[in-house]
This record gives sequence, structure tokens and C-alpha cells, in this order.
Amino acid sequence: MSPLTAILVRDMRIAIRVGGGALMGVLFFLVVVTLVPFAVGPDLALLKRIGPAILWLAALLASLLALDRLFASDHEDGSLDLILMSRAPLELVVLAKGLAHWLTTGLPLIVAAPLIGLFLNLDPPAEAALVLTLLVGTPALTFIGLIGAAIAVALRRGGLLLAVIVLPLTVPVLIFGVAAANAAVAGPVPFGTPFTILCALTLASLVVGPFAAAAALRQEME
Amino acid sequence: MRLCAVDLACHRGGRDVFAGLSFAVSSGEALAITGRNGAGKSSLLRAIIGLSRIAHGGLSLERGDPELTIAEQAHYLAHQDALKPSLSVGENLRFWADFLGARAAHIRPALDAVGLAALAELPAAYLSAGQRRRLSIARLLAVKRPIWLLDEPTSTLDSAAQDRLAGFMRAHLTEGGIILAATHGSLGLGATAELQLDGVQAPTAAAIVEQATP
Repeated sequence: MSPLTAILVRDMRIAIRVGGGALMGVLFFLVVVTLVPFAVGPDLALLKRIGPAILWLAALLASLLALDRLFASDHEDGSLDLILMSRAPLELVVLAKGLAHWLTTGLPLIVAAPLIGLFLNLDPPAEAALVLTLLVGTPALTFIGLIGAAIAVALRRGGLLLAVIVLPLTVPVLIFGVAAANAAVAGPVPFGTPFTILCALTLASLVVGPFAAAAALRQEME
Repeated sequence: MRLCAVDLACHRGGRDVFAGLSFAVSSGEALAITGRNGAGKSSLLRAIIGLSRIAHGGLSLERGDPELTIAEQAHYLAHQDALKPSLSVGENLRFWADFLGARAAHIRPALDAVGLAALAELPAAYLSAGQRRRLSIARLLAVKRPIWLLDEPTSTLDSAAQDRLAGFMRAHLTEGGIILAATHGSLGLGATAELQLDGVQAPTAAAIVEQATP
């Protein structure tokens, strides 16, 4: 097994064990979305209109949830020192950890989204568009979040700082994710335009995220 | 193989931890690093593997693998055990063996050697401090590397486990390995070269003295 596969398998194992972040993320997502109809009231037309935005916001918050422990736990137990010493490039280790995080928190959200969408009176076409935008957009949330997780690694209560650093950076992803989901149903912009920009944001964050996070980790260690 | 440090200095948090430090350790030799708390023992070990920045001086490894850095040829046994509580004893060791590029066949013998084979399925969260330490020592046995950097390796170990660790260290030295150990007590290796760190008060007084320990 290569070092990077080893990291990926280990992180996924930890995430799905008791106390891991995977199940928590989905439950949090479910709770946040369920609260909205209670707050807004039984206005089906309104729920349908704001549904994609609610689901996107909930997905954003849920993917932040497990992020603060991503590097902090490795830092506290000394694993990060051994990882920094090793031959495996830190950027790729960070990429593997990000991938494990997305597979255990992002992907379950996407699977749960159609079901939760029913609570918000979404039609099948709107649900399909929403799932597609989440599938393309949530990796960007994880990989932008990596940067914040790396910066906050040595801090206690780093989760608060993480949210403050990461949430503003995710604004473009949120805008184009929701815009694409809405465009598919209501228009007037064609679905392709915001969706392509969302794809571009994800690709850019896949490249920038690991390098920025690795640089932050190296800086932190010295 | 020979690890040399020349005129090494390290700053941390705006103060000199140590300065003007020179030593050399050859294959089959152990160096005990001693000194009071805060004298820079851990910082020295971390500086050797590049985890803290070296302010001045240089490190070199003669006749090592030219393709690899010193850190890539070294094991670092720190205060933290680098274990995940939710993974089992076997999974923890398996991960480090995979990550550091060892063969899976070495895992079982290493667990046997530290006396944890019977607990292989137990989550690491249930281990005592000494058992956790033994599990991280198993990492040194499962993955062969010539340089061992040990930060107070005997802390939390009972006397039987300390004897066992001394046995591992002797075997490692016999195979031509190098050991640098920060310690307050005896390593159980008999006569060992000793590097005394005196801290910032007398930074240049660091010297290697030959010390016979029972």
C-alpha cells in the first residue's frame, strides 16, 4: 500500500468509527434543513424557492463541522511530525486527507440531499440539479476548508477561527452553486453558465488548497 | 555511517535554546543527551530531523543513503505516541508500516516483540500509557531505519519493558544503527557517550564526556 493510500484508508476508517465526523455531518445537515420549515412556516411556494439555498447553506456548515480536527488531531498526537519527516510530499498527503474528508462527509450529504429535498418541496428536476451542483461544488468546500484547518492547526478552539477564515472564502462557491441549482428550474440564465464557473472554482481549489494548506502546516511547525 | 553536527545552534521563541554544539556519532554507537529540563534535548532531536529550524551550523550524514534526507532515514520516538484511539493496536501499527513503506509481514513480529500481539484487535484507546509507548516502539522494529532518535524512551515503561527496550537498542547498535536518546536516567546500554546540554547559561560548555553507567 502506498503512503497516500494508507493515509486515505486510515482517515476514512477514523471518520466512520464511533466519534468520527462522517455520521455527525449527515445528522447536522438533516437537523439544519428540518429546522427551516419550522422557522419559515408551511409556505410551500416559498420553501420551493429558497430550498436549494437552504440545502447549500446546510451542506456548507456540515462540511465545516469535522474539518477543524482534520490536522489538529494529527498535530496533538504527534502523527503530523512523522508525516512531515516522511518522504511522501506534504501536498499530496494533504490532498489524500482532503479526499478522505470529502468521501466521508461530502459524499453522504449528496446521497442524503434528494431525501432531505422532499422536506423543502423540491421537484425531481430541481433535486437532480441540486445533487449535481453539490457533487461538483462540495469538493471545493473541503479543499478551501483545508487551508483554514491547516492555519488553525496549533490553536485550541481552532474550530471558531476556522469558520471565520473559511466561510468568507466559500462565498463564490455558494453563489454559483445556488445560482446553478436555481437556473436549472427557474432560469433565466442557462444552467451551463453558473455550473461551468462552479466546476472551475472546484478545480482551482483542488490545486490551490493542498499547496496553501501544506505551506501553512510547514510554517506552523517551525 | 556517521552523523556529524558542527557548531549547531537553535532559537525558539526568541531565545537561544542551545548554541555551539558539535558532536559525532558513528554506526554502532549510542549518544545519551542529558541536561536539565528546558536545556534543549528535545529541540536538538527535532532539529536533527528538520522539525525545528537550525539557526546556525550544519548537520551531515556520512555514508548514508545519498537519495534520502536524514529525517527519511531516522525514526523519531517523541513524547506523543502518534496513535489513533479509535483504531485497533494492529491497525495503528499497520498504518505506520504502510505509510513508512515497510512490508506487512514485519507487523506481527514487531507486536510480538513488544508483547502486544494478544491485544492486536483492541482499540488503542484502551491501552495504558506504557502500552501505548510500547506500541510506538513497535514502529521502530517494524520499519527498518538506521538512525533512532528517542525522546525519553523509558518514561512510562515498567522495568521489564525498559529491559526489553535496552535489548532492542543493543540489537539495533549491533546491526550498525545509530541511537541518540534524550534521557534523565540510564538507558541500560552500559558505557554510553554522553552529550551534556547546559542550556543558555553556558552554551559553549556542551561537551561529549565518556561516562560509565552500571
